[in-house]
Amino acid sequence: MKLTGLGHDKTATMVLVALAAVTFIIPFCNLALPADSPMHFSAYTVSLLGKYLTFALLGLSLDLVWGYCGILALGHGAFFALGGYAMGMYLMRQIGTRGVYGDPLLPDFMVFLNWKELPWYWLGFDHFWFALLMVVLVPGALAFVFGWLAFRSRVTGVYLSIITQALTYALLLAFFRNEMGFGGNNGLTDFKELLGFNIQSEALRAVLLMMSGITLMTAFLVCRWLVNTKLGRVVTAIRDQESRVRFLGYRVEMFKLWIFVFAAMLAGVAGALYVPQVGIINPSEFSPLNSLEIVIWVAMGGRGTLYGAIIGAVLVNYSKTVLTGLMPEIWLFSLGAVFVIVTVLLPDGIVGLLKRRLQEQHS
Amino acid sequence: MTLFAENSLGEDEKSGSGILLAEGQLDTRHGPILYLEDVSVSFDGFKALNNLSLYIDAGELRCLIGPNGAGKTTLMDVITGKTRPDTGSVFFGQTIDLLKMDEPAIAQAGICRKFQKPSVFDALTVFENLELALKADKRTWPTLFNRLNGEQRDRINQIIETIGLGTHHQLRAGILSHGQKQWLEIGMLLMQEPKVMLVDEPIAGMTHQEIERTAELLLSLQGQRSIVVVEHDMEFVRSIASKVTVLHEGSVLTEGTMDEVQNDPRVIQVYLGG
Repeated sequence: MKLTGLGHDKTATMVLVALAAVTFIIPFCNLALPADSPMHFSAYTVSLLGKYLTFALLGLSLDLVWGYCGILALGHGAFFALGGYAMGMYLMRQIGTRGVYGDPLLPDFMVFLNWKELPWYWLGFDHFWFALLMVVLVPGALAFVFGWLAFRSRVTGVYLSIITQALTYALLLAFFRNEMGFGGNNGLTDFKELLGFNIQSEALRAVLLMMSGITLMTAFLVCRWLVNTKLGRVVTAIRDQESRVRFLGYRVEMFKLWIFVFAAMLAGVAGALYVPQVGIINPSEFSPLNSLEIVIWVAMGGRGTLYGAIIGAVLVNYSKTVLTGLMPEIWLFSLGAVFVIVTVLLPDGIVGLLKRRLQEQHS
Repeated sequence: MTLFAENSLGEDEKSGSGILLAEGQLDTRHGPILYLEDVSVSFDGFKALNNLSLYIDAGELRCLIGPNGAGKTTLMDVITGKTRPDTGSVFFGQTIDLLKMDEPAIAQAGICRKFQKPSVFDALTVFENLELALKADKRTWPTLFNRLNGEQRDRINQIIETIGLGTHHQLRAGILSHGQKQWLEIGMLLMQEPKVMLVDEPIAGMTHQEIERTAELLLSLQGQRSIVVVEHDMEFVRSIASKVTVLHEGSVLTEGTMDEVQNDPRVIQVYLGG
C-alpha cells in the first residue's frame, strides 16, 4: 500500500531548511562575525558553497529532463556555459578602460586580435537587464531549436543522448576559435565589477551566495509544483510509455520540448550565477565531460526526486574539492568508480538508499 | 444513427446540391464509421496487409480473428496512425482522412486503442492514469493549469467502479495484477469517450470471472460506441460477437456470424492448416 508523494515531503522540507541555513546563516557568519570567531566562515568557503549551489541548480534542471521526462541529455552543460557566457559578457563590458590595453570600447582580447569595432552580438551587454534576458533566452532558444528538430523526428534514447553530446562538443570547438569573438581559449575573465560593486569584495561574494541559494530554493519549489501538475504527470507518463501517451491524444514532442527548454533556461541561470563567483568562463565549460558529471550528480543523488539532484550535486562536488586537493590524479577514477557503483548497486541513488533504510526501520 | 450524425439534415436539403459537409466532421449516415479500402502494408517485402478492405459500422461490436501473422495488429496500427500504409485509403466516417493525421490527432478525433501488452503508467496511481486519459484539452498550456472539476472527478470515480478497481484507486498501477492492468487500460479508453474502440486481446491474463465481466462490459457499450476486438479465445469471441471477420495473410478471408465463420471450409483449412 504505497501512496505516491507521501514521505517525499519530509525530505523535501529538510533539504529546504538546510538550503535556507546555508543561504542566510553562512553569509551572516562571514560578514558579521570577526575573523577569529569559531563561527566565522572564510570568503573561500563562501565562494565554494555558492559554486556548489549553482551546481545544485544545474543538477535540478537536469533531473527535470532526465528524471521526469526520461531524456538522458548528455550535453546539458552547454546551456549552463551559455548562461555563463552571457553573464561573462556583461562583466567584460563593466571592465571599461581598466583592461590591460585601456581601450574604452573593446575588451582586451579584441584589441589583441586587432579588431576595430565591437561585434554586433556584443551590443546590449552593457546593460544588466539585457544580459539577464540573454541568460535565459540564449539557452532557451538553442534548446527550442534543438528540441524541435530532435523531438519532432522522434529521436530518442541513446541516439538523442549522442546528439546532445555532439551539440556541446561542437560548441566547445566553436568557442575555442578566436574568430568567434568570445575570447577563444582563454574565455572571459579579469572581471572587475558587478552592478558597480567590486567583484572580489567579501560582501558581494556573500550576496552572490545568497542569490544562488534563493534562486535554487525558488527553482526547487517551482519544479516541485511543475511535476505535481497534470503536465508533470503527462511528462512522467512519457518517460515510462512514450507511445501510449501519444495514443491518449497528447503531442508528446511538445511536452518534451517545453520541459527541455525550461530546464535549459534554469541551467542558463545557474551558469550566470556561477561565473561571477569563480571569476572566469572559458570553453572548457562546454566539455562533454562536464555534462557527464552532471548526470553522475543526479544519478548519485537519486533521479526523479528533485532534491536527490541537489544532494548529489553538493556531495559529488564536495568530494571533488577534497579529493582534487589531496590527490588530484585519482579524482577521475573515483568519479568513474562512483558511477559504476551507483548504477549497479544504487539505481535510486542516495535518496533511494535512505528511503529503503527508513522503511526497514518502520517495519 | 442519431448518436453520431452531427449535422442537421435540414441544412443540407436547403443547399440543394447534395450534402455539404465541413471537412473534419464525422459523417456516419451511410452506416460505416471506419472505411478501409485496398490497404497494403509491407515490411521488407513481407506483406502484412494485402489489399485489405474492411468496413466497421457505427455502434457495432466486431471481432477480428485469424492466425498469427494475419495482420490484425498491423491493421490497428494503420487505423491509429502508427503505421502508414503503402497504398489504400482509410477514412473515419465519410469525410475524415485518417492517413493525413498523426496519432494524437486520431486519438483526439475519437479512435482509441488498447494494446496487446497492457500499457498503463506504472509510476502513476490508478486515478492518475485515468485522469491523463480523460477527454480534455490536451495541449501543453491547458494541461499545465488543468484542475479537475467535480464532474470530471465523479466521472473518473464512476469509471473506477465500472472497472472494479474501487478499492485500488490510490494504488500505483505498476503493482496491479495483469488482469487489473487490462481493466485499467479499458477504463482509460472509456475516459476518452471514444467513438471507436480498438481492443487488442483484452482478456489475456484474466481469470474466468474477469473474462465474464469483460464480455458484459463490451456488450453494454455496443450501440454507443463502435468496438473492434482482436482475440484468440474463440469462446470469448462467441460470447460477444454478432459479426466476426477472419483475416488471413493480410486480407479478409470471410465475414459473418460465428457459426457461419466456423463452418466455412476455408476458415477450417486456414486454422487447421489442411
